[in-house]
Amino acid sequence: MILTKARIRKSCDFGIVEMNLKSKSEVSVQESLLQLDLVELSRSFKTDPIMNPFSSGTRLRDMIRAIRSCKTAAEERAVVRKECAAIRAAISENDQDYSHRNLAKLMFIHMLGYPTHFGQMECLKLIASPGFPEKRIGYLGLMLLLDERQEVLMLVTNSIKQDLNHTNQYIAGLALCALGNICSAEMARDLAPEVERLLQFRDPNIRKKAALCSIRIIKKVPDLAENFVNPAAALLKEKHHGVLLTGVLLCTDLCKVSKEALEYFRKKCTDGLVKVLRDVVNSPYAPEYDVSGIADPFLHIRLLRLLCVLGQGAADVSDTMNDILAQVATKTESNKNAGNAILYECVATIMSIEDNGGLRVLAVNILGKFLSSRDNNIRYVALNMLMKAIALDSQAVQRHRTTLLECVKDSDASIRKRALDLVYLLVNESNVKSLTKELIDYLEVSDSEFKGDLTAKICPIVEKFSPEKIWYIDQMLKVLSVAGNYVKDEVWHALIVVITNASNLHGYTVRSLYRAVQTAGEQETLVRVAVWCIGEYGEMLVNNAGMLDGEDSITVTESEAVDVVETAIIRHLDLPTRAMCLIALLKLSSRFSSCSQRISNIVLHYKGSLVLELQQRAIEFNSIIEKHHNIRSVLVERMPALDEATYSSRRAGSVPAAVSTSQGAPLNLPNGVAKHTSSPLVDLLDLTSDDVTAPSSSGGDFLQDLLGVDPSLDLSHPGTNQTQKSSNDVLLDLLSIGTPPAQSSSSMPDMLSPSQDNKNSLDVLDTLTSPPAPSVQASSPVGSSMMDLLDGFGASSSVPVAENNGPTLPSIVAENNGLTLPSIVAFESSSLRVTFNFTKQPENPQTALIEAQFINKSPNIYSNFTFQAAVPKFLQLHLDPASSDTLSANGNGLITQKLRLTNSLHGKKSLVMRIRISYKMNDRDILEEGQINNFPRDL
Amino acid sequence: MIRFILLQNRQGKTRLAKYYIPLEESEKHKVEYEVHRLVVNRDPKFTNFVEFRTHKVIYRRYAGLFFSLCVDITDNELAYLESIHLFVEILDHFFSNVCELDLVFNFHKVYLILDEFILAGELQETSKKAIIERMGELEKQE
Repeated sequence: MILTKARIRKSCDFGIVEMNLKSKSEVSVQESLLQLDLVELSRSFKTDPIMNPFSSGTRLRDMIRAIRSCKTAAEERAVVRKECAAIRAAISENDQDYSHRNLAKLMFIHMLGYPTHFGQMECLKLIASPGFPEKRIGYLGLMLLLDERQEVLMLVTNSIKQDLNHTNQYIAGLALCALGNICSAEMARDLAPEVERLLQFRDPNIRKKAALCSIRIIKKVPDLAENFVNPAAALLKEKHHGVLLTGVLLCTDLCKVSKEALEYFRKKCTDGLVKVLRDVVNSPYAPEYDVSGIADPFLHIRLLRLLCVLGQGAADVSDTMNDILAQVATKTESNKNAGNAILYECVATIMSIEDNGGLRVLAVNILGKFLSSRDNNIRYVALNMLMKAIALDSQAVQRHRTTLLECVKDSDASIRKRALDLVYLLVNESNVKSLTKELIDYLEVSDSEFKGDLTAKICPIVEKFSPEKIWYIDQMLKVLSVAGNYVKDEVWHALIVVITNASNLHGYTVRSLYRAVQTAGEQETLVRVAVWCIGEYGEMLVNNAGMLDGEDSITVTESEAVDVVETAIIRHLDLPTRAMCLIALLKLSSRFSSCSQRISNIVLHYKGSLVLELQQRAIEFNSIIEKHHNIRSVLVERMPALDEATYSSRRAGSVPAAVSTSQGAPLNLPNGVAKHTSSPLVDLLDLTSDDVTAPSSSGGDFLQDLLGVDPSLDLSHPGTNQTQKSSNDVLLDLLSIGTPPAQSSSSMPDMLSPSQDNKNSLDVLDTLTSPPAPSVQASSPVGSSMMDLLDGFGASSSVPVAENNGPTLPSIVAENNGLTLPSIVAFESSSLRVTFNFTKQPENPQTALIEAQFINKSPNIYSNFTFQAAVPKFLQLHLDPASSDTLSANGNGLITQKLRLTNSLHGKKSLVMRIRISYKMNDRDILEEGQINNFPRDL
Repeated sequence: MIRFILLQNRQGKTRLAKYYIPLEESEKHKVEYEVHRLVVNRDPKFTNFVEFRTHKVIYRRYAGLFFSLCVDITDNELAYLESIHLFVEILDHFFSNVCELDLVFNFHKVYLILDEFILAGELQETSKKAIIERMGELEKQE
């Protein structure tokens, strides 16, 4: 009917063809929105069917055309300025005739983004005028130019009130519309009675507007909800679709703001609503509301949503709707968007109402079907809903795992992300291996912007569910090789912590890393881990130590290992990486004697670096390499295993760890240790007097974090400042001495020269006192040098000397009849066995006396035999000199050495000790290390 | 609930903007700019839903025009997508084969149609016929 009208009008409008022909060129370049057919010729004759309010002149049209023809923004501004000036003038002259046209123009100008606030009062005037055309533009202006926060709005309340009661229902409709779109809380209070009354108006157009207006009112003033409950319930009995739809909406919102309303609707309306839904579902074809074969899908959806609200938390109500939900879920056509929208809402309702196992299985199956749809929209909503379903029934969702994995690979980022979130939730111990494999395989081919998301999910999965360390290390190496540039720092920090703790995998790891770096040298984090491990375990790379079954051996020369580090330091410009490389080189310089000179040259190169950090390191390290051969091997010993528990708890939320990462500080975790290890030490030993290093106290804190030192413990250390404290700790750690600083002065000389008559410490001192002193005279230089060494503690120097050279005190003590405990084999390798015999004094249960016996199992004689031990902070260790430093072959003799171990946490923590034994066999330096965990319980 | 409705062309010119929540003018311009940026270069194979701040935008492209609805995160995306299509059908019917210029020159009519279709951020009428008839009646009032 409308169509014919339009056509008639078209034919009548031939008179103004001239004007419209002008617009033809504009029209013809535009595409048809629905692309039904492109511009036809007749189109040019088409006029605006609704020109009336401006028929007195086409000035709105003219203005729009003038603006559109502007070629530059400046031109446009000029036109707009002119128009605005004219409108202002008209407003000030109070020009009634054109005021609604002016306001229409102003709205267009407003849409273009120009300020139009001067038109606000004009809206109010137009609303107050009697005619419909003026009011229409007035209300439109009100909704466009004003919102609920403007005080001007208060002035319009009265006009709206009058219009709501207007005899012309179209004017009442305008007022309701404006109220519904912009009413403030005050207006809501003032006008609620009118709106309530209009809910029963005879014309359905007004009733549905009033219903939606009521929603706005109760949202603004929830107290008013009770007034609307009864009229809203009445709307549910309507036959008119529009009114029914808005009535259902009103009820839904009433339930949200008022518990009483919810209870009321549950009791009185559930059955009615179920019946309405059944009628709608079974209704015959109704062309007016038909959307692709479904009668009014919007009403379906609104009804389902209201049922969802009613059924939530009410088992009996949920029961009454089971049948209809099942019907909707099974009968609805799923080949069109409209049908899927209903199914989706139905699934949402089933998931929210009280438990009905059967329906939920049905719902998850619908979602499964959605997932395999080719329409991305459908898959997207399915993923969203599965996220909810997983909380209710993860088993049902597990069944769709493979489909979900496919979705992770989708090209649409929003699908991928959701699917990945879901897969992440689905991982458990039993499927972790296969899922991780899939994800890592995909990581290789995924878009670069998605790699970050993927690694952020894969890494925690691997960490959380990894069945064994070797698998963890393997997977992480894969991730780093493929997407090392996308992982967060925590990931590779955690990896290094795990590696240090997996002592049997050190060789395997360093070899795997070596291989990985050959092919993926551009992945910076991989390079960092590789460089770190080569620095720590480089010798295992070269001599294939610690081979696992089935592992392919590789031949790597020392120089090739250095190559990796050298390539890394050249290739990567990032400071942490370069700094780590320097550390690794320093460590390698003592391990690979053949490359010492080459390493020295590389390090030397960075002496001229403009980056202070690198320069400082290069200078310090160079000095260690060049001048201090004797202490170098001690300085660059392997890092102790990092405490996993401490690390993870720090990562879980303590402040220092967060600070260290968030600041992007160049000090990276594992490496930071080494850095601060060396520089304060150098300071302490006063080796490089020209290179003044000033380790910051924060660095010290950081370090303590790493080493798992409770900062409160350190605060109790008297008489030292922060820097010295930390550096001292570092020194001790480096030397594998676990005793707290207070005792360090006494244990230090023992450590450095446990069995060699202070030879080592003398070597240290050689740098200070040139002629090598005979061992007999060692005592006094030792004393003074220790003063230097531990400068800052101000400990008495005479004590260690006296103890050192005095009679072996523990042996005397050992003769006192203490408790005797079973002996243990503390350490055994193919060439050596160490047994510990224990004695304890009853009056001092904290202290255990240990006699260590070393037996040589090989046919060669060991010389320069040195035993060193390190313990955690809660233990104090005192080592006596060994009985000899030469161990005869084939177990024909033994060395004994006495240890005194005091456990400050006796009864709470058991003993643990790391040991290191070095000796010379056939002129080769041999180093053996181990950890002793098998101390008797009650020790 | 619909927070706002935007009709924008490919160049980002706003042809219709209806807000059901109060926003500052500057904020509105920002929103329009951001939504345009979000939808304009999306691959047509991708979903018609994009997250936007704490809400989501349901959009659909017709020729050079983007129709975008910003709705709550819990709303039924598919239903709103369907309602965009219904709105376009109504416009097409009303302007008989609608094009962008119809919307430019008759923007106030488009607002009027929209006010018959959506009110207070919720669907008011789902019958194309009812809305077209209603528009006819309103025009008689002019």
